[in-house]
Amino acid sequence: MCLGVPGKILEIAGEPADAAPGPIAAVDFQGSRVEVSLAMTPEAAVGDWVLVHAGFAITRLDEDEARETWEYLDAGGLGDMPDELRTGEKAGGVG
Amino acid sequence: MAGSAQRIQLMEICGTHTVSLFRSGVKSLLPSAVRLISGPGCPVCVTSAGYLDAACALARRDDVVVCTYGDMVRVPGRSGSLELARGHGADVQVVYSARDAVKTARERPDRSVVFLAVGFETTAPATAAAALEADRAGLENFFLLPGHKRVIPAIEALLADGEVPIDGFLCPGHVSVIIGAGAYEPIAAERAKPCVVAGFEPVNMLEGIAALARQVAAGEARVENVYGVAVTDEGNPVARRMIDEVFEPAPAVWRAMGTIPASGLELRPPYRRYDARERFGIELGDDYEPPGCLCGQVIQGKVAPAACPLFGSQCTPISPVGPCMVSSEGTCAAWYKYGRTGERP
Repeated sequence: MCLGVPGKILEIAGEPADAAPGPIAAVDFQGSRVEVSLAMTPEAAVGDWVLVHAGFAITRLDEDEARETWEYLDAGGLGDMPDELRTGEKAGGVG
Repeated sequence: MAGSAQRIQLMEICGTHTVSLFRSGVKSLLPSAVRLISGPGCPVCVTSAGYLDAACALARRDDVVVCTYGDMVRVPGRSGSLELARGHGADVQVVYSARDAVKTARERPDRSVVFLAVGFETTAPATAAAALEADRAGLENFFLLPGHKRVIPAIEALLADGEVPIDGFLCPGHVSVIIGAGAYEPIAAERAKPCVVAGFEPVNMLEGIAALARQVAAGEARVENVYGVAVTDEGNPVARRMIDEVFEPAPAVWRAMGTIPASGLELRPPYRRYDARERFGIELGDDYEPPGCLCGQVIQGKVAPAACPLFGSQCTPISPVGPCMVSSEGTCAAWYKYGRTGERP
């Protein structure tokens, strides 16, 4: 439940989506494009890597560290990753 | 680890650490002088039986959709699990994010949506954000059943109980992203126990354990952070402001541990209207353990899973008795899945 997965911000919505208390981003998880709230990391920018937990970015990460963590998780380090981050079922851009 | 003859006992309090330690093999690599036990680090496992029963009762209502993180659905309550309720027609939706529950509330105006707000400080800000979103959107059919827990008061309670000797704590990485490494200072300073924050990758966990062992051997009690790539001393102040806006610390019942002061998060008055208990006029039931279940002892590090008479016989991942076997981060599930050789007697 405390699993945090690193991803890279591709896009940030120009205007807050609906009533969300922070920017919404499209984040890439090695090919899966998922909508993530930046409510806790409002300073994050396109191109930044963020650590994502339950649909929210909780902190920014250095790219090298992020890639290492991803590889560990991708290799099954903690078992199966959430489906949403694999298939990008929540994807669709932030427009 | 050479040079120290004393045997030390460390506790980790993070379900992700529990799993990662087993899965990576780190647990089995530790020398016999270093014993690492699992504490109450699995949010589902520490959730009281009364909470689960209240959730099931809500799920059985025709006018309610219960949205929950996946781990909760299979925990057996007095009248079965949420999954069982779903089998009998209850509307139970597994969500990855609290935002999905808000989305469901928008899409199902004919239903009351109740989100099971379970998890530690890593997850509490997400629930806060969901409440803020519901507030801004003027949603009247979004509710939550408050069940978030705070880690520091639990550490205090374990030390006050004193039954389990603990020489130091391996502290949860992602909780610490939010609360900051500095949050453990009172434990180090006032309880004289070293606290080391580590991430979940094997090398990082070993670094954390080594740092703890060095401190214990030297008689030190400091806060150290070996997960500096993600954790700072101050944590994430934006996330904490969100928690503080929506929630306030309150006493909470932890499974088998009784009520721990200031260890839970209740909705502040401006957000009380989102409290499912007020909306539906219910209380959480009493906490209890299924007959023979020792989950309550396991989460406090008092009993190892293999010492539970039900482990591996009546209680298995296919037919679990208690939450420690159900949850993907439960200690019993980890022991069962990754073999019982990780722990030395």
